[in-house]
Parts: sequence; structure tokens; C-alpha cells
Amino acid sequence: MAHDPTGDATPGRRGWPLWEVFVRARRGLSHAHVGSLHAPDAEMALRNARDLYTRRQEGVSLWVVPASSITASSPDEKDAFFDPAADKIYRHPTFYDIPEGVDHL
Amino acid sequence: MYGNDFTAPDEPTRDQDQPTGDQPTGDDLTQFRQILDTDGRVEPRDVMPEGYRKTLIRQIAQHAHSEIIGMQPEGNWIGRAPSLRRKAILMAKVQDEAGHGLYLYAAAETLGADRADLLEALHTGRQKYSSIFNYPTLTWADMGAIGWLVDGAAIVNQVPLCRCSYGPYARAMVRVCKEESFHQRQGFEILYALSNGSEAQHEMAQDAVNRWWWPSLMMFGPRDTGADGSQGHTEQSMAWGIKRFANDELRQRFVDMTIPQSESLGLTVPDPDLRWNGERVSYDFGEIDFTELFEVIKGNGPCNQQRLAHRVRAHQEGGWVREAADAYARKRSALSTTEVA
Repeated sequence: MAHDPTGDATPGRRGWPLWEVFVRARRGLSHAHVGSLHAPDAEMALRNARDLYTRRQEGVSLWVVPASSITASSPDEKDAFFDPAADKIYRHPTFYDIPEGVDHL
Repeated sequence: MYGNDFTAPDEPTRDQDQPTGDQPTGDDLTQFRQILDTDGRVEPRDVMPEGYRKTLIRQIAQHAHSEIIGMQPEGNWIGRAPSLRRKAILMAKVQDEAGHGLYLYAAAETLGADRADLLEALHTGRQKYSSIFNYPTLTWADMGAIGWLVDGAAIVNQVPLCRCSYGPYARAMVRVCKEESFHQRQGFEILYALSNGSEAQHEMAQDAVNRWWWPSLMMFGPRDTGADGSQGHTEQSMAWGIKRFANDELRQRFVDMTIPQSESLGLTVPDPDLRWNGERVSYDFGEIDFTELFEVIKGNGPCNQQRLAHRVRAHQEGGWVREAADAYARKRSALSTTEVA
């Protein structure tokens, strides 16, 4: 249900704008995207999100964000965008040789 | 699936959005094929064949339409549910169906469909909904039979869709399936209570099962082989990872699960040819009369016109609510602009 945030994020031609919904399932977890809905304003979006995505106590906190406000990376530039991380394997602890018998490292 | 993706044999296709197969779109489909080959998930902004996109929009929309039309046969009994407990349960179930419709419309929108267009396609009959909702709900026992059989068949159809190749549809289906299992159990409980009640109640339960059994089996669509075999889009949908199992395979799975449950209920299914086949380790069952299904799909079912007319009326009568919400949103927005200034 993740709507294409940069593509068709404008209000439906004859409808209400689209909102993306994020739910914190319980304390200690971050908000996660669960889907989207249409609503005329933020307040109604929150109420609709409560009815639509937390009918069974799935959350303790809700965010609604206008889909048009989200900027996303482009799938076409996926390689160029994420490649710089590929050759920096020294960022991972497994890169380093540690002599046997050294603990807690 | 509720959004059963097939047409009657002699019926011209009313939807313009017919899949055109794995047509080249001018885009490079290497990544798309790679995703399918590795059982990965396609996400909204990935390059995909036009036929894949159109097939999904049609199927998901049809599924969404089915969910919201499906509110009617059960909504019909909310006011007459036999106890406050049953009333509360039925209201929760009907509300779930609305929710399922909304998850699915949102999934279709990730493919570029417009919500208003989809509703219009439903209201004008250009897109369809599951034929099962064109049967009437005559007694309270029908609430039990719908939950147990119709939702049961829907679950068998829908569980594989949780692994559908299109990410947003698969994720929507995970939510739907979680909620459906309450639907099926409450239906079973209604029938169990009736079946073990008075003689008249038992008869009412049996009558409902008699009426809903064959339509439930037809929910899986035509046979995959023989004359009916070409009506679905099974082969292409399988190749695209939209459909995971053939109609007949899922139907058999449903029968094998359901017959032992009917024994626990003390009810029978109206099929003289039904018997256990020790060799196949499955139940054999009688021939399904698909002429009836195709008539219902074509709009000649008992409730086709009523369901659609009610849906259109509900949409029109809700117009003032949408207008009021719009006016309020505009007023608030103007107010906050003034405050900032």
C-alpha cells in the first residue's frame, strides 16, 4: 500500500488528497509505514487512520503525512545512488583480522 | 479470491484494460524478470510490463469492489441479529469488509489507478465484483453460512495472494487474511449454535448450507481444464506470480478442509457424489453447474441489480458528507493561512 510518493501524489482528480499512514505498534518501536488513505484534512486523516489501521489495537501512536510531502530516491538511479557504500566493507566489523583467543571484541 | 478474475465464455470483455501479455513497453524488463525469477517483490515504481500493471489493477479493483459490495448481504441482518453479542460481532465484521476494500483500493492506486475512476467503473458495471454477493441472505443462518463457507473459500483463495509478486497487494492481503479468520470462526459458531438448537433451528442451518455450498465452490472460478479452461487468466497470472495455484487445486483444498468441519457441525453438504477417495487422499465431489455462475456473472443473478443500485445510492446519498468535509477543510486551511499572515 506504499503509494508511489513522488509519482501520483497529487490529490485524486475528483477526490481528497492521499495521506501515508505510520503506526507505532508499541512503545519502544519506531513508527512504520502501514498504508495510505484519502482524507480532506489532517484531522480527518488521523481519525480515518485510527478506524482503518488500528481496529485491533495495532498501535499506540499514529502519524499521517501528505503523500505529496514525501521525497523519495529514484529507482532509476538506484545503482548510482547506493553504490558508494558497496566498496567500503571496512565499515563492517567482520573486515578486521583479530588473532585467536582475543575475546569481547 | 473475492476478485475472481474471469468472465463468462460468451461475454464480450467490458473492461478496456485487458492484459496484453508480456508486451515490450520500451523499458528494459531485465530487472522485472530478475525479480520474478528470484521470487522477489515488485514495488510501485519499478519498471513493469503494461499487461502486468493492467492485470493487477483489474484484479485488485475487482477484489476491492467485492469487499465493499460484500457489506450488503450481511448489513441486511445487523438490525435483526438475535442478540446484542451477535449484533456487535456482525457490525465489526461489516466494518472489516469496508476496511479490506480500502486497503485494496489503496494498493490499486499505487499502480496509478484513480480512486474515483475505480468507483465509477464499479457503479457503471464496467468492472465487476464477486458473484457470490448476488445471492440473497434469506435467514439468520445465512450469516453463519457466509462466514463459514464464503469467507472460508475466500481465505483459501487469498492466503496464496499474501505471496503475490506485487508488494503492495501482498501486504494488503496479509492484513486481510489475519482479519478473515475471525470472520470464518464467527460463522462456524453461528451454525454450530443453530445446528445444536431446536429442530427448526437445525433445519434453518441445513437450508443455508444447502444454498451456499455450490456458490462457494464456484468462487474458485471455472475448471482449469476442458472447455472452461481458457476463460480465466490463470497461465499468464501464474507466470507473473500474481496467482500461485490453479482454480481446481484451491477448490479441492477447500473441500478437503470443509467436509470434516461439516461433520463437527452435524450438517451435510448437498452433493450426492461426495465421497472420500482413499487413493487420492481427498474427497471426490460432484460436477459443478457453471452455467449458473456465468449467468450470475453476466448480471442475471438474484440480486445483481439490487446490489449495484444500493451501492450507487449509498454513494450519492453520502455526497453531502464529502462536501461538508471539504468545506470544513477549506475553511480551516484559510483560517490557518490568515493566522500565519
